[in-house]
Amino acid sequence: MNTFLHTLTDNGELFWRGFKTTIELFLISAIGSLVLGTLLAAARVSPVPILRAVGMTYVQVLRNTPLTLIFAFLVFAGPKLDIGLEYFPSACVALIAYTSAFICEVVRAGVNTVSPGQAEAARALGMTFPQVTGQIVLPQAFRSIVPPLMSVLIAMLKNTTIAAGFSVVEAGAIPQYMSERGENQFATLIWIVIGFLLLIAPLVTLQRTLERKWGVAR
Amino acid sequence: MRVQRLAAVAAIATLGFGLAACGKSGTPTATPGNGASSGAAGTGDQCVSSGANLTPAGNVSLTGSPTYDKVKSGGKVVVGVKADQPNLGYKDASGNRCGFDIEIAQLVAAKLGVAKDKIEYKEIPSANRETAIKGGEIDYYVGTYSITDKRKADVAFAGPYFIAGQDLLVRKDDSSITGPDSLKGKKVCSASGSTPLQRVRDKKLTEDANISEFKTYSECVSQLLDKRVDAVTTDDAILKGYAAQNPSKLKVVGKPFSEEKYGIGLAHDDKALRDFVNDALAAAEKDGVWQKIYDGTLGKSGSSATVPPLERY
Repeated sequence: MNTFLHTLTDNGELFWRGFKTTIELFLISAIGSLVLGTLLAAARVSPVPILRAVGMTYVQVLRNTPLTLIFAFLVFAGPKLDIGLEYFPSACVALIAYTSAFICEVVRAGVNTVSPGQAEAARALGMTFPQVTGQIVLPQAFRSIVPPLMSVLIAMLKNTTIAAGFSVVEAGAIPQYMSERGENQFATLIWIVIGFLLLIAPLVTLQRTLERKWGVAR
Repeated sequence: MRVQRLAAVAAIATLGFGLAACGKSGTPTATPGNGASSGAAGTGDQCVSSGANLTPAGNVSLTGSPTYDKVKSGGKVVVGVKADQPNLGYKDASGNRCGFDIEIAQLVAAKLGVAKDKIEYKEIPSANRETAIKGGEIDYYVGTYSITDKRKADVAFAGPYFIAGQDLLVRKDDSSITGPDSLKGKKVCSASGSTPLQRVRDKKLTEDANISEFKTYSECVSQLLDKRVDAVTTDDAILKGYAAQNPSKLKVVGKPFSEEKYGIGLAHDDKALRDFVNDALAAAEKDGVWQKIYDGTLGKSGSSATVPPLERY
């Protein structure tokens, strides 16, 4: 038990640095993919055919490409095409590009739960498409998609560990450092699991709060 | 309409996968080699031996070595090696092995009277080397194995057969990096969490933000060729292997700032075998076989090396 504790306390700086980067990656990518995902969902339900086609193509391509490949594309193929992104921004772009495809589909499912009568009524009042979407449909849609949205975000939090292979030192890079330092691998992995559980706890709490606040009897 | 849309999606998806495939093949091996002199080696994938004469010895006088008794009765030798270091310890796509360490292993086997096709190679991860030697899983180990006092408690070392040191691999046209002191403001890459990387950090050779790290050295080399980093750092033996793979684009700076003595790992108590292997190395260094092996493998990088003095104990 003593060695188990020392695994963490002797390498506190490494764990702190790793998880700090994980949190930064998560926050930036979560905000980015929520925004982009919502815009894509709006495109997919819009009355403009070209927007619908763009949205659908994006979702199909990004959702079906392994995340590691998206990372590899940005980091190894990017420079050959003169896309000169640093490693941390590359990781954010990869995570946002990938996760927003899933968020788009979740939001679209939510949009479909809103009765068409709502949108029709809004249009009858003379509201434009952005107004209908932003003020009538999306607020009602978000209410019903809190649980699946959180699942997507939690999956993304865990996906951040892929960045370790692409020169971003986050929680997923800790085991490699620890093995070079000759530390116990088992204890290291248990501490990383505990770290992730601690990070996911606030997300679960947020989900509960939002569900309680926005829940309505139908 | 529907069919058209499907076709469009398929076309874009194919494009996407095609691009993704580019990402995967973005390793240094994809870069065209340097033509005639080492056409095959230039592609990095096909093994070429140095051509050193490694015919098995006829009569071997080695007594009192349990390892050799096992080799003699079994008719084969089991050698621990690495397989992912070009021109050092490498296994190509068709399963052939080559490189400096591999040929040193073959040299020892030849002196033990074992033919090349009777050598069984085992890839042993660095962390398991002592266990594999102690447990008799392998007869000896040749693969960037540094001689240290800590390891000497568990295993014995013949050699050193090579003295390596942490060095820098840079693009051939880059003259701004001349050694560890000129790294400030330059981007440096190495394997995640590795000792060379830690040394760069501890000695503050460059700013923390300029350090990048990947799981393998080949990924670092790819970033170097694409000008995303300015130098790759680790033992010069490993770096020379990459430079030899692509001598028209890469060079090793040649100012080592650490010292690693590579030895051949043997069973701890087999002194008879240790003396025998040391004699074998001494002979190879004297009659030019060592030099020939070096020239045909790491020497293709353009940097020279000198024979290290043996440290018998």
